[in-house]
Amino acid sequence: MSSGEKNLIEVRGLRQTFGGQEILKGVDLDIPRGKTLVLLGQSGGGKSVFLRHLIGLLKPISGSIRVEGEEIAGLDERELEPVRRKIGMLFQDGALFDSMTVFENVSFPLRERGLRDEKEIRQKVQKALELVALSGQENKMPANLSGGMRKRAALARVIISEPSCILYDEPTAGLDPIVSDTINRLIRRLQSHLHVTSIVVTHDMISTNHIADRVALLRTGKIHFEGSLESLHASQDPVIRDFIEGRSHEID
Amino acid sequence: MKFPYSFPLTRAFCLYMGQASLLAWEALTSILAGRIRWRLVVRQIVEIGFGSQAVVIVTGIFTGAVFTAQIFFQFNALNMSTAVGPVVSVALFRELGPVLTGLMVAGRVGAAMSAEIGTMKVTEQIDALRALAVNPIDYLVVPRAVALMFSMPLLVGECIFFALSASYVVATRILNVNSVFFLHHMEAYTHSKDMVMALTKGFVFAVIVAIVGCQQGLTTRNGAVGVGRSTTDAVVISSLTILMVNFFLTMALNIVFPAGQARY
Repeated sequence: MSSGEKNLIEVRGLRQTFGGQEILKGVDLDIPRGKTLVLLGQSGGGKSVFLRHLIGLLKPISGSIRVEGEEIAGLDERELEPVRRKIGMLFQDGALFDSMTVFENVSFPLRERGLRDEKEIRQKVQKALELVALSGQENKMPANLSGGMRKRAALARVIISEPSCILYDEPTAGLDPIVSDTINRLIRRLQSHLHVTSIVVTHDMISTNHIADRVALLRTGKIHFEGSLESLHASQDPVIRDFIEGRSHEID
Repeated sequence: MKFPYSFPLTRAFCLYMGQASLLAWEALTSILAGRIRWRLVVRQIVEIGFGSQAVVIVTGIFTGAVFTAQIFFQFNALNMSTAVGPVVSVALFRELGPVLTGLMVAGRVGAAMSAEIGTMKVTEQIDALRALAVNPIDYLVVPRAVALMFSMPLLVGECIFFALSASYVVATRILNVNSVFFLHHMEAYTHSKDMVMALTKGFVFAVIVAIVGCQQGLTTRNGAVGVGRSTTDAVVISSLTILMVNFFLTMALNIVFPAGQARY
């Protein structure tokens, strides 16, 4: 198996700057097909920025991003559409369309891809909402949902179009442990049942231990560590130990 | 070429014009490629066109009424009270109707467009659209622009109709101008090219309001404060642009449709 077949996404030398500050300083990372890769890192360290490059929401200053062997770094919005149909993204706050009900939000990708059969749409939406434990909430507006429910509704909107890869931006941030566990189990289930490749940006170690096949640590704009969950825990690197154990040396 | 860039305002102006032109071009190519979501266009026509009627009608009625009264007070002193009809009519068709409708729609619709799209921008809903392989130009800008290009000429016509009706009532019922002469002179001096000029201006102002409103929304940053600033800027920029473009449009259209003579 060539590296292009083994890896769904290959990133090489990715650089990005905002306001003169270099956020990503040459990131190299392979995302293996059908696995869940957790990208760890401090808040404000560029994890979400990195994630947005994988679906073309941001254009890199330099570097290469290959999705299933196709270079996407130089593609324009219209050329990116086929790539975006294969990759779904769960945003940090869900990013549900606030003028639509939950049903309209979840059915949105189906309608945009040309599905017109109302019965089929209703069945698919029901199935997706059942999967995220949100049955019966179809007619609610996003403003009337809790943070966890918004995230789950957003996840239903992502999975309804059956993408081969899902990007999760802080899926458990701001959620209570029970809802976090529901999301974690869901990510795991999607990977084991549907072989969805997942890239999860988080700083939640409990979530990482639950879902990760592979782990990468982004630090100062570069990948500091990349390996299995076991090798992360076995590492004696002080930076990794501090992160796992939640230690800060800044204020003593 | 360093000179213009040494002035921040010049740079900001050039940047803004570049972004607005690019947006207009992308919207135009999308329309020409047939990527028009008619369901959304109809919804926007209801919100933009149908919903703006009350504002436009009230504006038309009171503009027609007050303009008629003022013209009468001036002309009556010269014993030309029956000339009120043609003056009001031509002024409404060529200038006041389209400009006032443009300004009212810029205030109502331009602000709403900018606020709605701006809120979507700062809450990542635009990025969510893009991530779902839906182009925001196709989904947000084109339906609003097409709906406005369709609605604005109709709103201009409606504004002028109510302004002329109010003018007739004020002139003949309150100021005792002879109604036969009023209508006869008005009909004699008002030509179809005046109507074409009104509708043409309405169409151009629709493009301005749509592009400025959407452009402000799509470039919104910094949360709620940014949405407020974008909304204010959308109204100010589109209103000023309408007033400035109106002058050049009048000069250009006057070549194509020169002011007509009376048809007696």
